[in-house]
Amino acid sequence: MPSLNRRELLQMLGATASVAGLPACTREPAEEILPWVRMPERRVPGEPAQYASTLSRDGYGQGVIVRTHAGRPTKVEGNPGHPGSLGATDPQAQAAVLELYDPDRSRTPIRAGAREATLADFDRELEVRLDRHRQRGGEGLCLLTGSVTSPAAVAQLERMQQSMPAVRWYRHDALARDEVYAGARLAFGAAVETIYRPDRARVVLSLDADLVGTLPGSLAYARQLVSGRRPTPGDPSMSRLYVLESAPTQTGAIADHRHALRAGDVYGVARALAVRLGVLPQGERADIPVAEKWLDAAVRDLEAHRGAGIIVPGDHLPAAVHALAHAMNERLHNAGRTVLHLDPVPAGAGSENATLASLTDSMRAGSVETLVMLGVNPVYTAPADIGFAGALTELEYSVHLGLYADETAALSRWHLPEAHALECWGDLRAYDGTPSLVQPLIAPLYGGLAALDVLARLNGRKETAHGLLQEFWRPQAGSDFESFWREALETGVVPADTHGRVNRTVQAGLERRLPAPGPVDALELQFRPDPTVRDGSHANNAWLQELPKPLLGLVWDNAILAGPQTAARHGVVDGDLVRISHGGREIEGPVIVASGHAEGSVTLMLGYGRERAGRIGNGNGYDAYALRSSTAPWVADGAALEATGRRAQLARVQQHHGTEDREPVRESALHEIGALAEEGGGGGHHESLYPGHEGSRYQWGMAIDLNACIGCRSCTIACQAENNIPVVGKQEVARGREMHWIRVDHYEQGSGEERRTYFQPVPCMHCEHAPCEYVCPTAAAVHDSEGLNVQVYNRCIGTRDCSQNCPYKVRRFNWLDYNGYESGRFRKLATPAPQRNPSVTVRSRGVMEKCTYCVQRISAARIEAKKDDRPIADGEVVTACQAVCPADAIRFGDVSDPSTAVSRWKADGRNYVLLGHLNTRPRTSYLARVRNPNPSALGDDDDGR
Amino acid sequence: MAAERPADRIPVLEPGQTYASVTDHMSALVLRGPTRRGLVALFLLFTALAILFGYAVIAVFARGVGLLGVNIPVAWGWPIVNVVWWIGIGHAGTLISAVLLLLRQRWRTSINRFAEAMTIFAAGIAALFPFVHLGRPWLFYYLVPYPDTMGLWPQWRSALVWDFFAIATYILVSILFWYQGLVPDLATLRDRAVSPLRQRVYGFLALGWRGSARHWEHYETNYLLLAVLATPLVVSVHSVISLDFAATIVPGYHSTIFPPYFVAGALLSGFCMVVTLAVPLRGLFGLEDFITLRHFDRMAKLMLASGFFVIYSYAVEFFFAWYSGDEFHRYVQINRLFGPYAPAFWAMLTGNVLVLQALWWRRVRRSLPLLFTVAVIINVAMWLERYVIVITSTHRDFLPSMWDSASATGWDAALLIGSLGLFCFLMALFIRFLPLISIYEMRELVREREAEP
Repeated sequence: MPSLNRRELLQMLGATASVAGLPACTREPAEEILPWVRMPERRVPGEPAQYASTLSRDGYGQGVIVRTHAGRPTKVEGNPGHPGSLGATDPQAQAAVLELYDPDRSRTPIRAGAREATLADFDRELEVRLDRHRQRGGEGLCLLTGSVTSPAAVAQLERMQQSMPAVRWYRHDALARDEVYAGARLAFGAAVETIYRPDRARVVLSLDADLVGTLPGSLAYARQLVSGRRPTPGDPSMSRLYVLESAPTQTGAIADHRHALRAGDVYGVARALAVRLGVLPQGERADIPVAEKWLDAAVRDLEAHRGAGIIVPGDHLPAAVHALAHAMNERLHNAGRTVLHLDPVPAGAGSENATLASLTDSMRAGSVETLVMLGVNPVYTAPADIGFAGALTELEYSVHLGLYADETAALSRWHLPEAHALECWGDLRAYDGTPSLVQPLIAPLYGGLAALDVLARLNGRKETAHGLLQEFWRPQAGSDFESFWREALETGVVPADTHGRVNRTVQAGLERRLPAPGPVDALELQFRPDPTVRDGSHANNAWLQELPKPLLGLVWDNAILAGPQTAARHGVVDGDLVRISHGGREIEGPVIVASGHAEGSVTLMLGYGRERAGRIGNGNGYDAYALRSSTAPWVADGAALEATGRRAQLARVQQHHGTEDREPVRESALHEIGALAEEGGGGGHHESLYPGHEGSRYQWGMAIDLNACIGCRSCTIACQAENNIPVVGKQEVARGREMHWIRVDHYEQGSGEERRTYFQPVPCMHCEHAPCEYVCPTAAAVHDSEGLNVQVYNRCIGTRDCSQNCPYKVRRFNWLDYNGYESGRFRKLATPAPQRNPSVTVRSRGVMEKCTYCVQRISAARIEAKKDDRPIADGEVVTACQAVCPADAIRFGDVSDPSTAVSRWKADGRNYVLLGHLNTRPRTSYLARVRNPNPSALGDDDDGR
Repeated sequence: MAAERPADRIPVLEPGQTYASVTDHMSALVLRGPTRRGLVALFLLFTALAILFGYAVIAVFARGVGLLGVNIPVAWGWPIVNVVWWIGIGHAGTLISAVLLLLRQRWRTSINRFAEAMTIFAAGIAALFPFVHLGRPWLFYYLVPYPDTMGLWPQWRSALVWDFFAIATYILVSILFWYQGLVPDLATLRDRAVSPLRQRVYGFLALGWRGSARHWEHYETNYLLLAVLATPLVVSVHSVISLDFAATIVPGYHSTIFPPYFVAGALLSGFCMVVTLAVPLRGLFGLEDFITLRHFDRMAKLMLASGFFVIYSYAVEFFFAWYSGDEFHRYVQINRLFGPYAPAFWAMLTGNVLVLQALWWRRVRRSLPLLFTVAVIINVAMWLERYVIVITSTHRDFLPSMWDSASATGWDAALLIGSLGLFCFLMALFIRFLPLISIYEMRELVREREAEP
């Protein structure tokens, strides 16, 4: 440039500078702020609003209603109108609000090797690659997703496969139910989804299935099963539950008859049952580890209740067991009545060539150029034998969409932050195929993308997830889309039923298609999803980490479960580190001796040993995936266990599981249920030197049905979310300082067929003669006029005399600064402020706290009632624990009015109070457990435990 | 030697002591001070431990009681054990000063001064532990009935409120009693001090004491009145503290024997502490003529007597556990015998029951090394007794699901050891600046002896 004078140069420099500054202008333009002229409807400052949405339960939809305060989601409740919820949620849904605000969530796109990367960079790069792939019909482009039950996403995937036929779509879900669909194919010749109606059943036989715990429909099954198990002295009728199981489960805990056997032995037992039911030909007399008498009794019971029985096999059992169960249910006329069939809910379920193993093979073979992984973490969850991580490292171009920059993100070329389920649009099908919409409650905090957004990009579409969703549902809506859409969002269920039921019959010649039962000799190895963090995707959620696992009470870790004899044979006790080896691989983990676990079998829990989960999830427990193989993902034979001689510290919330003959949980056999009423509720004598409390209009009380409780501990975490209960971490729990206001006690008693497991949720008893009140020197523990035993935090100086004197030990103390205000130690565990319930005080260090019967909900109902000038109606106050309970085991209300639901329960002959002889007169009472054993004498034998 | 003479033949003041020698000896300890290097080193050690105590207290205040070995169900831990133990130690002082004064037991004279000092320091340290125990110690004044705008008062049904008053009263009366006893001696020190600073300080503290007959008359009357006032406190403090436990419904706490049981235990530990202090003091400061074997013999007998009431209480606890038929109560006792804290229980029993019996032998009562050993062992056992009561009762109470143990932390140990250090530190200062044996009362003894035929 010869003729560039000084002036021109400066002009150009100035222009360059201003242009360069433009892309940085991302701040909102300054606008005038004006108050609302007309207030938008339903937006009252300080009043929470509620929206229906859907959260994933291992891929299946569960309908939820999310409460937001000033635009911040703070609490998740179940959606009573949604079939996958019926008003309940699982613990993971309760913890979703914590996950939403998790500061460890991925916040920006990450490009391997680049210091900074933006979504625009990604889009530019992707466009170039996509053009190349499109020219070749999509060849070299691969997609990896989890189980997809979203109809809109499936539509986009199908569209992509139409426009680019060579695109390959792989599915990898660590908890995939492949055996279920394989079993259906074996029986019916086609993959079907099987769902159950326990409410219509009089007899249920579980073959190692956790009907009320982990099946996709468990929330509904628990409600339905329990509805048939509420006998009263006036109406003593109750369904009967037989459970054969390998590792102790919640279903086994509530069973009337339970027998432990190895998962590998279930097939043999299923065959024996099939022979008795005439499904398989006679003549087979295999050696099975269950008494003939047991099977005969169960079979007679099932035959006596044709069409009102269920045989339910566990998801992890081999296809042959599922096929036999189908045949038996059909023979018993259960199919179509209590056992229903649908098309598979996850798209492409059960297809065998779209697995992670085949993807890895293609990657090695070099036929994969671009891999897009949506919402999965295969580097962590892949079976150890396929070497996925190595193949991914070799891959030139990979894209990972995830909530966290996890193990897979670290090995991918691109990582994109995913929008949380509470931040984006979408849809999901429930376990029974019912679709419902996912609606955002808040704009993405970190600008994440929904899976639908990425699919739109792959399809070259410019629409948002919302647009694609409406585009999919518009044709299903009929003429009036607006009202269809509005109804779907308001009710939380899409009104159009697009997922039909199918009628299938078992194809002839099943016995020829079944494999011969093989012997099981060496140590059996089982893999189970962790009850709280599931496959590991919830690992960075402190509420879930600190939620005691059902039956174990273990927190912040996973363990290796072994039966008492197996443990004794290897000379190990609780907390011993053992080495488990299988197929040339080994892991080390701590043992928990689980009475009731099948001998000769050990159970590993998935979901731990994470390295890139976040500050909460890293480094807890051992990684069971390291032993898992793609061929035997659930049950493997021929493992070896050896003690290492070292020990690990395990934090468990309960140290003693025996009842010490103190009968905290009363139980009666069904035919003796009348005796319970005669025994009385243990209310104690009623004389007292102190004057009674002055009563007011409402007298609150609670009743808990122990025959309904399934021990899932959803109440514990729901209470935590509602009441701003802090997380204290593993060390503090190990020292006995967990803060949960409602705990679920777990007791075991007896052995053999007489072995019983009990659950007992224990909130504050709200005693009328409360031992905590009279010992408090500052009157911080006081009684209110509605019968609540309240704790005045401001007045509490922390003498802890109240806790010492509480016979139920339900009080919790802020030993340290658990909310992380002062020190760094608890800061990483502290719940982010936006999640906190503004109606509940956050307690400071040195203050005692406990269950308040959700007094803030009582106040809210009182205000509403006063506005309308009417009394508070029964059922208007629902405590957090009551609302979430899948088994509907908790009732709360005014006990001074005999017509309320809680009063009716308290009038039941099963009603009793805990430690009644102390004359504390608790407001919380229990309905006794009832056992419905088969009268045709079972139980005198007892090799199994 | 002394051991061959019958007890009552050993004088409470060895012959050869005169007014002058007594006064010289005692005031010299204060006015000339210790010159031995060992004593200075010992003092530095006590100072270090006292600083450790201060550090631990500040840490617990700043970071929370969670530093200590407490949890649910064991929400009361070592601080409560220490309160009860230290208050117990502080018990013997008043008994020796007030009750023995009223009973005209002249042998109390040579031990009452440092026993009273011991009482005040022990009770003061005991009074610090509730602060360490509280979740929000800065709000302790909620226990005080002060007029507040909300109309809030302490909750009078709570034994903790009574406790607060009992300890506060005890400390106040003990200080008054001690100080009054000091007044004539302070005047002696004032008169003998050489340095002007000391003259002024002692002079100020002596309240203008001139030793006139009128002074003495008022003095003696008031001293007796205070003694009468203090006497019920011997019983009240520890029995009120025991109500913190007895008035609950916790099996193992809820027991009517607790008030007398605690008083007896307090006396036992108090006498043990007096012996534990008297033996080294006697040797270090050449007090053989003033604290004689007769004193030790008497105190050993008192230990035996109060010890037997303690043993009786143990027996009653077990008897009533059985007799009540209450399964929870029974279990607590069985759990003490065989549960996770059984070693503490058996160690306590060994000390308080077995080792105590050694005092039946005169040879033991008059052998300082043996008596000292017995006293120290019983002191430890008495600490364990409170530990067993406080910890084992709630660690396995009503619902087996909440059974859990709590284990002490380094902070607990620092507080206990530090409090012992603080106690020794305060005792050392007391010995250095005030006469550890009442000079004027020793002079009275001299006179009495001279009056004897």
